[in-house]
Amino acid sequence: MSEFFQQIINGLSLGSIYALIALGYTMVYGILKLINFAHGEVFMLGAYSGYFLASALGVERYSASGQSFPLGLALVVLLGAMALSALLGVTIEALAYRPVRSAPRLTPLITAIGASLFLQNAAVLLFTPNPRPYPPILREVRFTLGGVIVTNIKLAIFVVAIVLMIGLHQFVQRTWTGRAMRAVSMNMDAARLMGIDVNATIRATFAIGSALAAAGGILFGLDQITINPLMGVLTGLKAFVAAVLGGIGNIPGAVVGGLLIGLAEQLTAGYLSPDYRDAITFLILVVILVLKPEGLLGVVRQEKV
Amino acid sequence: MSEAVSAGTRAADLEVSGLQVLYGGIAAVKGVSFTVGRGEIVALIGANGAGKTSVLKAVIGLVPAAKGTVRLFGREANAIPTHRRTALGATLVPEGRAIFAGMSVRENLELGAFLKRDAATLGARFERVLRLFPRLGERLDQAGGTLSGGEQQMLAIGRALMGEPKLLLLDEPSLGLAPKLVAQIFASVVEIAKTGITILLVEQNTRLALETAHRAHVLVTGKIVLSGPCAELRSDPRIKAAYLGETL
Repeated sequence: MSEFFQQIINGLSLGSIYALIALGYTMVYGILKLINFAHGEVFMLGAYSGYFLASALGVERYSASGQSFPLGLALVVLLGAMALSALLGVTIEALAYRPVRSAPRLTPLITAIGASLFLQNAAVLLFTPNPRPYPPILREVRFTLGGVIVTNIKLAIFVVAIVLMIGLHQFVQRTWTGRAMRAVSMNMDAARLMGIDVNATIRATFAIGSALAAAGGILFGLDQITINPLMGVLTGLKAFVAAVLGGIGNIPGAVVGGLLIGLAEQLTAGYLSPDYRDAITFLILVVILVLKPEGLLGVVRQEKV
Repeated sequence: MSEAVSAGTRAADLEVSGLQVLYGGIAAVKGVSFTVGRGEIVALIGANGAGKTSVLKAVIGLVPAAKGTVRLFGREANAIPTHRRTALGATLVPEGRAIFAGMSVRENLELGAFLKRDAATLGARFERVLRLFPRLGERLDQAGGTLSGGEQQMLAIGRALMGEPKLLLLDEPSLGLAPKLVAQIFASVVEIAKTGITILLVEQNTRLALETAHRAHVLVTGKIVLSGPCAELRSDPRIKAAYLGETL
C-alpha cells in the first residue's frame, strides 16, 4: 500500500509540472487557435535560465561549503527565469506568429515548428548537447510519512505549482487584463469593439504562459536532476497531450489533464513497466481523441450565425 | 424636415466620403458618402447584400476602407485600429450581437466599460443600463449565451452604453426578434438618442427605420441611390414600392 501512495506522490508532482506547461499551450490555443509548438523549448530555456541565474548567484559556493542556497535567492532564480521566459515568449509571438496571423491556419503551425527547431538547435549550439546537473537551488531533505518517502523538493513542486495556478485563476477572473484575455478568446472582434487592444492581450497571454513554463522547467530540473537542450521535446509533447486531455483552451482542464498524465505515467512505470511510461501518454491521446475529442472539461463549440 | 436642415449646421460626428470596401477584389461598397451630425439618428436602409453592414464595419475599422475616408469626430480615422476608435467614442453593436456567451450578463456589461472603468461612475452607468433594460437586471448572473435573442440584443446595446459612447452604430437590431420585442428595442433606441448620443442605424425593417431616424440613405448594391429626411422618404413612391410593400 505504501508503494501505491509513493507512486501517487511521484505522479502528482510530475503531473503538476505537466500542468504548468499545459497551461501555456491551452491559453495560447484559447486565444489564437494556435498550437504553440515552441512552448516546449520555452520550458527548456526556462530551466536553463534558472541554471545560469543560480550559478550567477553563487549556488556552487553555497553547496561547496555545505550550506544550502538561501530561500530568498531561490525565489529570485524562479522569478528571474520566469521574467526572462516571458520576454522570450513575447519575442516568439512577435517574430513567428504575428506576421502570419491572418494567413491560413497551416502557416503559423509551420512557423511554430520552425521556431521550435531553431530554439532546440540554438540551445545545442550555445549550451552543448550534454546534460547538465541541475544546481541545488533546494537541497534535498527526505522524510518518511507512514512508509512513503517525501522530499522537500516534491513538496516545493506542489506548493509552487498550486500558488501559480491559483494566481493564474485569480488573474484571469479578476483583473481587467484577465477579462480581456477571456473576451479575446471568446470573440476577437467583439473584444476590439469593447476597446480591448487585441495585440497587447495576445502578448500578455504569451508572457504569462511562458513564465509558467519556465517555473515548470526549474521544478523539472530539481525533480529530474539533469537538464539538456532537447528536454522540451518529449515533456512539451506530453504537456500538450495533457492540455488536449483536459480540453484544449480550458484552463482548469489543463491542470486536470496534467495531473492525470503524471499519475498515469507514474503508475504505468511502477506497476507495468518503465518501458511503457511514455507510451501510456500517447495511448491516452488516441483514446481521448476517439472517445471525447473535446477533452474532459471541454465543451463542443457551436458556431453561431 | 427641420431636423435635416439643422443637421447640416451641426458638427458632424461621422463623415464618410467616397468609401469603398473590397472583399477579395469584389466591391461591396462602391463610393459611399454621407455625414451624421451630432445628436442625429441616421438610418441606412436597403436589401440584404446592399453593403450596409460593410459600411458600419469600415466606420469602426473591422474592415479596411479600400478607398475614401472615414472621419470620426473631425479626425481622419482610416489608420486608427478598432479599439482606438472605440476609445474616441464610437461603438458598434454588431449584427448577431456578439455577446461573450460564456460570461455572465454582469461580466458582459462590465467589459463594455473596459475603457471607462473608474469605479466612481461605473455603478451609476450600470444602474442606468438596468433602468433602460430591466430584463437584464433579472438575469445578471446568467451566462450571456443562455439569453433569448431579444435579451441578447438588449445586452449588446447595454454593453455598448457602458462605455459612454458619443456615436452608437447599430447593425440590424430587429433581426430575428418578435414584433413586440422589436418595438421595445426601438423605443429604447429613441430613449438613447434623447440623451444626446448620435446614432447610425442599419436596418432592413424600412418602415421602422424611417419612423425612428431623422434622415435616411437607401443603399442598393453598394451605392446610395436615395437620401433625405425620413418624413419625405416615407411618402416617396419609389420607397413605398420597393421597401414598404405598398403598390403604386
